[in-house]
Amino acid sequence: MSYPKVLTKRMEDHPTDSHTMERYEATGGYVQAKAALDMTRDELVDMVKESGLLGRGGAAFSTGLKWSFLAPARPAYLVINGDESEPGTFKDRQLLERDPHQMLEGVIITAIANEVHHAFVYIRGEYPKPARRLQKAVDEAYAKGYFGEGIFGSDYDLELTVHLGGGAYICGEETALINSLEGQRGEPRLKPPYFPAAKGLYMMPTIVNNVETMANIPHILDMGVDAYKALGHGDDTGTFMTSLSGHVNKPGNYELPHGITWRELIYDVGGGIPNGRELKMWIPGGASAPWFNPDDHLDLPITKGDTGQAGSMLGSGAVVVMDDTTCVVKAAERVVRFFSHESCGQCTPCREGTTWLEMILRRIEAGQGRPIDADLLLDISDNISVGLAWPPRQTTICPLGPSAVSPITSIMRHFRDEVMAHITEGACPFAKTEVHA
Amino acid sequence: MTAAHPLDQGDVRWFRVGSRGLLQSGPMSIWSEATQSRAKEILAKYPEKRSAVMPLLYLAMAEDGWLTEEGMAEVAEWVGITPAQVQSVASFYTMYKRERTGKYLVSLCTSISCMLLGSDDVLHAIEDESGVPHGETDEEGLISVEHAECIGACGGAVACQVNYELIEGITPEKGRELIRWLKKARPEAVNTDEMQELFGGQRSFDWALPSDVGAAGPYPAFEPYGTATEDTK
Repeated sequence: MSYPKVLTKRMEDHPTDSHTMERYEATGGYVQAKAALDMTRDELVDMVKESGLLGRGGAAFSTGLKWSFLAPARPAYLVINGDESEPGTFKDRQLLERDPHQMLEGVIITAIANEVHHAFVYIRGEYPKPARRLQKAVDEAYAKGYFGEGIFGSDYDLELTVHLGGGAYICGEETALINSLEGQRGEPRLKPPYFPAAKGLYMMPTIVNNVETMANIPHILDMGVDAYKALGHGDDTGTFMTSLSGHVNKPGNYELPHGITWRELIYDVGGGIPNGRELKMWIPGGASAPWFNPDDHLDLPITKGDTGQAGSMLGSGAVVVMDDTTCVVKAAERVVRFFSHESCGQCTPCREGTTWLEMILRRIEAGQGRPIDADLLLDISDNISVGLAWPPRQTTICPLGPSAVSPITSIMRHFRDEVMAHITEGACPFAKTEVHA
Repeated sequence: MTAAHPLDQGDVRWFRVGSRGLLQSGPMSIWSEATQSRAKEILAKYPEKRSAVMPLLYLAMAEDGWLTEEGMAEVAEWVGITPAQVQSVASFYTMYKRERTGKYLVSLCTSISCMLLGSDDVLHAIEDESGVPHGETDEEGLISVEHAECIGACGGAVACQVNYELIEGITPEKGRELIRWLKKARPEAVNTDEMQELFGGQRSFDWALPSDVGAAGPYPAFEPYGTATEDTK
């Protein structure tokens, strides 16, 4: 089954040179950025607001609304969040490597819409190749006069700096990212008062948008609000990028319309589970999202609303599929270990809680769990995210702590027996997660 | 002829009154000319100097092979903060290696997607072949091994990086081959496309045109930071 392509069309049609200026301009590139210079700020902000575009970094907040909150003080800054680090996510990497100009055009339009004259692209440090491709594209655009003084021959100045991170997931949180860009430790700031729209980079009004979000902007101007909305499904407008990985026959990035079902995604798009095995569970939206299972969720449409009602989220678009040879304790341990490693350490519930969750899961997996451990996991989780509710309540500055609770609630709700079997049998029933050839 | 006043010396950065009351002075920078001009270019890209801390830390790593105390002190001088402040930043991020690190930093992803496809076995193979356990460096200073959290190549699990240059679809056997190759060939710099060709398998997506630069040390190869080595062949 094939679906309409927007963000990935150029790289699909021109696989060898979609990342070059030449190809980008030959396929209609930078026309919208030029056009944006003749539009008013209100026109641009309203257009993006009406398009219904939701941020693609994980929080799914209205991009146009975010822009409209920008405080009047100047200079204002634009920061593109390319710190893609949520386990399972690799879509921004492809967008940066294969079509960097598409995103850069979005940056120019966004800068104009928000009176920004200096934009930054923050790319995770483990992405040197995407950073190199982007820098090359930036250099090409500077040479053409699309960045720098008087872009496109106008009197509008726009500088762009590509910045490499240092290997800290937490810098994907917007206030932590701003701290990092200021040359500080990447610790999240308290909101209020540090809402980026008012007190962001250098304490000035700042917009922080994701790479995929930026890549959407030129298309909204190009096809118009109505056509863009028609690509989507109700409130979920446009297409979305999903990163499919784990136990599927065809892992990879796919650009899809909202509203298809999980069954279609895993079995049609992803080609099903390898080696004739059964689907056991999947993570629907990155490591922070509570897991889905085939009994309850397979025929649910992929929309923000349906996923939220079912107690999870589409998050960063990462779907990790696990077959019936997967030990839930080991899988949860891996996800929790990530959050434990990436906790910045500011807030006690997260710093201590994630560490304890990891250690307890590890001893259960090793067959050394105690009967009380199952409830202890839930008790610690409750201290990090009170009531284990969805959407989660926070006892912390940022949502990282509550994210570590998602795998715990997922396995305790659906696979409590399997967790208990580790404890009563004194060993992991799977001995070892089977390796696929 | 009068002696030049000490303050007229253009290449002197600091003065202090030494223990006997004598005026002591220090050099402009411990960095090479090329690195210094690179540092100036980096500083010019930010509205405030302190923002250049992270790029300059990579520059310092490229200069010394890993992040030394002297390197951090030098970064502090360039951005006008204290060495302690620089250390506080550097210690926050995993990629700033403040201990001796090998010429080749082998990072194997063992996060959820890679774990599902057998990353733990690849890690054991790499540790075994190199004789270097997670988080350590061999005696010669050639190879460091670490297991990493998700490096964004889940569609090409199991994913591995050498000096942050990516190899997708690696297996235990290919992991062993990689280590043997590093020990034997000792490339001046490693290149993602070359290593993918030699040791990789399934990719997250088609990479399109190959990259023509490589990474000569345990830091990301990025031209503006002076950390990329041109033409590795």
